[in-house]
Amino acid sequence: MNKVNGKITSVNGNMISVRFDEAVSLNEVGYAILGEVKLMAEVIRIRGTEADMQVFEDTKDLTIDGIVEFTGELLSVELGPGLLTQIYDGLQNPLPQLAEKCGFFLERGVYLDALPRETKWAFTPTAKVGDTLTAGETLGTVPEGIFEHRVMVPFNFDGRYTVESISAAGEFTVSEVIAQLKDSDGKIHDITMLQRWPVKLPITAYTERLRPTTPMTTKTRIIDTFFPVALGGTYCIPGPFGAGKTVLQQLTSRYADVDIVIIAACGERAGEVVETLREFPELTDPRTGKSLMERTVIICNTSSMPVASRESSVYTAVTIAGYYRQMGLNVLLLADSTSRWAQALRETSGRLEEIPGEEAFPAYLESVIAGFYERGGIVTLKDGTTGSITIGGTVSPAGGNFDEPVTQATLKVVGAFHGLSRARSDARRYPAIDPLDSWSKYPSIVDETQSNMAKALLRRGTEIGQMMKVVGEEGTSIEDFIIYLKGEYLDSVYLQQNAFNDVDSACSAERQQEVFGTICDFLEADMNFADKTVARTFFHKLAQTTKDWNFIEMESPEYKQVMTKLETMVAEVSNNE
Amino acid sequence: MNKVYHQVDNIAGSVINIRAKDVKYGELAEVTSRNGSSLAQVIRLDGEEVSLQVFEGARGVATDAKVKFMGRAMQVPFSEDLLGRIFTGSAVPRDKGPKLEENMIDIGGPSVNPAKRIIPKNMIRTGIPMIDIFNTLVESQKLPIFARAGEPYNQLLARIALQAEVDVIILGGMGLKHDDYLYFRDTLEENGALSRSVMFIHTASDPVVECLMVSDVSLATAEQFALEGKRVLVLLTDMTNFADAMKEIAITMEQIPSNRGYPGDLYSQLASRYEKAVDFDTAGSITILAVTSMPGDDVTHPVPDNTGYITEGQFYLRDGRIEPFGSLSRLKQQVNGDTREDHRTIMDTMIQLFSSYRETVEKKSMGFRMSDWDNKLLKYGERFENEMMDLSVNIPLEGALDLGWEILADCFDAIETGINSDILDKFWPKK
Repeated sequence: MNKVNGKITSVNGNMISVRFDEAVSLNEVGYAILGEVKLMAEVIRIRGTEADMQVFEDTKDLTIDGIVEFTGELLSVELGPGLLTQIYDGLQNPLPQLAEKCGFFLERGVYLDALPRETKWAFTPTAKVGDTLTAGETLGTVPEGIFEHRVMVPFNFDGRYTVESISAAGEFTVSEVIAQLKDSDGKIHDITMLQRWPVKLPITAYTERLRPTTPMTTKTRIIDTFFPVALGGTYCIPGPFGAGKTVLQQLTSRYADVDIVIIAACGERAGEVVETLREFPELTDPRTGKSLMERTVIICNTSSMPVASRESSVYTAVTIAGYYRQMGLNVLLLADSTSRWAQALRETSGRLEEIPGEEAFPAYLESVIAGFYERGGIVTLKDGTTGSITIGGTVSPAGGNFDEPVTQATLKVVGAFHGLSRARSDARRYPAIDPLDSWSKYPSIVDETQSNMAKALLRRGTEIGQMMKVVGEEGTSIEDFIIYLKGEYLDSVYLQQNAFNDVDSACSAERQQEVFGTICDFLEADMNFADKTVARTFFHKLAQTTKDWNFIEMESPEYKQVMTKLETMVAEVSNNE
Repeated sequence: MNKVYHQVDNIAGSVINIRAKDVKYGELAEVTSRNGSSLAQVIRLDGEEVSLQVFEGARGVATDAKVKFMGRAMQVPFSEDLLGRIFTGSAVPRDKGPKLEENMIDIGGPSVNPAKRIIPKNMIRTGIPMIDIFNTLVESQKLPIFARAGEPYNQLLARIALQAEVDVIILGGMGLKHDDYLYFRDTLEENGALSRSVMFIHTASDPVVECLMVSDVSLATAEQFALEGKRVLVLLTDMTNFADAMKEIAITMEQIPSNRGYPGDLYSQLASRYEKAVDFDTAGSITILAVTSMPGDDVTHPVPDNTGYITEGQFYLRDGRIEPFGSLSRLKQQVNGDTREDHRTIMDTMIQLFSSYRETVEKKSMGFRMSDWDNKLLKYGERFENEMMDLSVNIPLEGALDLGWEILADCFDAIETGINSDILDKFWPKK
C-alpha cells in the first residue's frame, strides 16, 4: 500500500485537522510524526481535502505543517492465540510489557505487538488438502490454556477457498504460515495464526443468530432468581456513584458461569482495575481449578488515559469477544462504564463542533449504543456448535437520575435492567439492585409462579411499610404487619448477600433453587402471633438463623440441620391446615 | 532562536490570539506589555492563528504586547528546598524566600501504567471514629469532602493533615479566601508541620488561570516526592473553584457547554487530576483529600456528581459532622478486615441501627406513639451522635470499637442487633 502523507492545519486538544492530496478513508489510522515519536490517530470526519483526526495520545508539541502518515488501514486489533490472560490498553497495547519498557508511566507513542511473536503454539491441523472452506471455518487447533483455540479462515475472506497446503502438527509462532488457501480466481493466500480485524465492524462468520433462552448464572441471588440474564443476552446496571456497580461487576466476573470473561474498564478508576489484575491470577476458577486469569482478558483504559482510546476500548473488547465466540465458547463482556464511553463521544463531538443533542451528547448517541449492544448474541456457527457473547454494561447517570440520555438509550436495547438504588446502598443493602424497579425479559432458574409471588409480596410489603410511616404501627392490622415483616425477611436473607463471606458471596443455581423453595414456603405459611412485638421478635430470630444458614456450605451436614430447624420454627407459629 | 511577535489580534477574557509560525501545541510564551509581563500557554493552533491562555489574566495586555515563545511547556522546580515554602499557581514564591529555578520538571505528565500500581493496603489513622471505623482512609486513596459553603471543611482537612502519618504534605489552595490561606499556614506552623509541607496557593483575588494550574503543579511535585519513596498527602481545596475556572476559560473559548455551562470534558479533566493518587510498586504513594463545595447543597450539581464517579468514595460534611449515610470509603474493605475481628460487624450493625433510628425520629416528629423498640432506638441514636459522630471526638480505632460495643449493650438486647452468633459470643459485653 502506498503511503499517503498529510500536513497538520490545526490542533485543538486531542483533535487535529490534516490536509491530504490522495485518497483517505473514514476511520483510517494515521500517525502524526513528532521527531522520533509517532502518535496514533484515527480519521473521524472528512471535509474536502481536510481530514479531522482524533489523536489517541497527548498532542503536546505538535506543530502546524507537521507530517501525518496515513496507513490505509482501519483501526484494527490482532486476533490469535495468546489473547487470554493479557492486560491491554484501549488500543491493544499490552500494559505489563509497556511497564517493562517505559517504567511507571505510560509514555506516548510507544506501540507494542499485542500478541507475543516468539511464543510457539502446538498446532494440530483439522482441515485436509483439497477441503473447501469459508470464512470462520476451522483449519486447525492449538491449546490455549484450558481451551482449544481454533485457527480459522480469516473472517474477511469472501467466497469459498480450497486448501492448497496445510502444515503437519508442530510448533509455530503466530506469524509463521500454517496453510495456503486458493480462492475461486486461483490466487493463493498465505494463512498465519494471526489475523487482524477492524474493531468497528462486527464479526459475522456464523450461520444464524438465535434467541437467548439459557440462563447464565451469576451466583448473585437477586439476579439469577428475580432478574436473570441469558447467555447471549444483554443487560445494564445503572446506578448513582457509590451504589456498588463495580463491586457487582467484579463478583460477576469471578463467578459467572461462562467460558471467557472480557473486562473493559472504560474511563473508570485505575485502582479498581489494579484489584482485578492483581487478584485474578491468585484466585481459582471453581469450574476448572485453574487461575481465573486464564479465562480473562482485561482491556483497560482508565479515566486519566487519553479520551480517544477510551472510545475505541469498548470496540476492542467486543471484537476480542466476537473472536472467541467463533470458537463455540460462551463469552461474557463486562463494560464499566458505558457512560464514560458516551462522554468520550461527547467530547469528540464537541471538538468537531457538531450540533449537540440532549445534554450536549451527539445526536447519533442512541444508534451508537444500540450498535454496540447488538454485537452481543448467541449464534450457530458453521460447524453447528453455538457460541455467545453476553454483554453487561454499567451506566453512571449524572446525578443518579435515570432519565438522562445514556440510560434511556441503553434501556431501549437491553434485555434486562438491574437498577441500583441510592436508598438501598445507603441502608447497606448489598447488592443494591432495586427489586421493584428492575426487570428482565429472560427466563429464571426458579419457578416463575413462585418468583412472581415473592415479587408481589415485596411490593405489598413496601406499600405497607410506606403506609405505616403515615398511619403508624398501631394503625396497621396484624395481617398487614406480618406481610410487611415477611417482605423485610425476604429482602434481608435472600435479596441481600454478604460479598465478603466466601460462601454467601457465590450462591450456586442448585442452592438458590432449594433455598428459594424453602423461603417461599415460609412466605406462604399462614402465621399466627399474639401481637406485633412477638411477630417482630420471631422474624428477627428467623432472619438471623437464615443468615447463619447462608454462611454454611451446602455440602456440610449442618446445612440440613439448620434447614430443619428453620422449618420447625415456622411450623410452630403456623396454623395447621 | 526564539521568535518574538508584536501583534495581538484578539483579547477576550484571559485568552489572546496572535499570528505566528512554528509554534508547538502546549508551548509556553512570555507576554510583556507596558503594564507588566506574564506567562501564557498555547491552547489552540489553527493555521497561523495561535490562541494563548495568559496566566495572570489578559487585563492590561496591549495589542502591541511582546509575545516571546520559549520552546518548552510549563515546568516547575523540584527539590527538597520546596519543603516549608509557599508558592503561587505558577510556582512563583509567595513567601519571602528565594526563587527556585533548578531541576525543572514537566507538569500534567502522562498517567501511571496500571500494571505498576499495587493494591492499597495501609490504613491512615485519623483518630476520628466516623473515619476510622465507618469509612477508613487508606493510603493512596482519593477522597473528596462534600460540603456546602460554611461547613468547617478546611478545619477538618487541617486536622486530618496534622494527625495522618505521612512524610510530605502538599496543600493546593484554589480560590481560597485569604483568611483560610493564613489559617492553614498558621495551623501547620503551630503544630510544627510546615517543615514537611509545600503550599501552592491561589487566593480568590488571583488571576483565574493560575487556579487551573494549582492542582497540576501540586500533583507534579507530589509525584516526584512519591517516586523518591515518600508517602505524600495532597490536600486540594476547593475543587469546585477549579471546575469554575475551567468553565470560565471554556466559555471564553466558545466551546459548547454540556451541563450547566461546564465543558464536556469536565469528567476527564477532574479524573486526570484525581487519578494521580497512586501507590507505586517499589516507590512511595500519593493520597489525595479534596474539598468539593456543593453549590446549593446539591450533590447532583455537575462538579460533585462527576467527582463522586471518579473518587474512591466521599465524606459528606453536614452540620459540622461527617454524615454516615452517603459517606463512603471504597477502599475500606482493603484494610478493615485486618484491624480487629469485630471491626466490620460494628461498622455494619451500628449504621443499620442508626438508619432505623433516623426513621424513628421521623415517625416521632409526625406524632406517632413510640413503641419499646422505638425508645431503644432513640436512646441509641442520641449516644451515637454525641459519642461517635461529633468531630471533637478523638480516640484511636480500638477504643472506638470498644465504645461501640458498650453503646450497643447499653441500648439493646444482643438478639436485636442481628449480629452473627459467633461474634456475639466473643464480643458482647457481659453484664
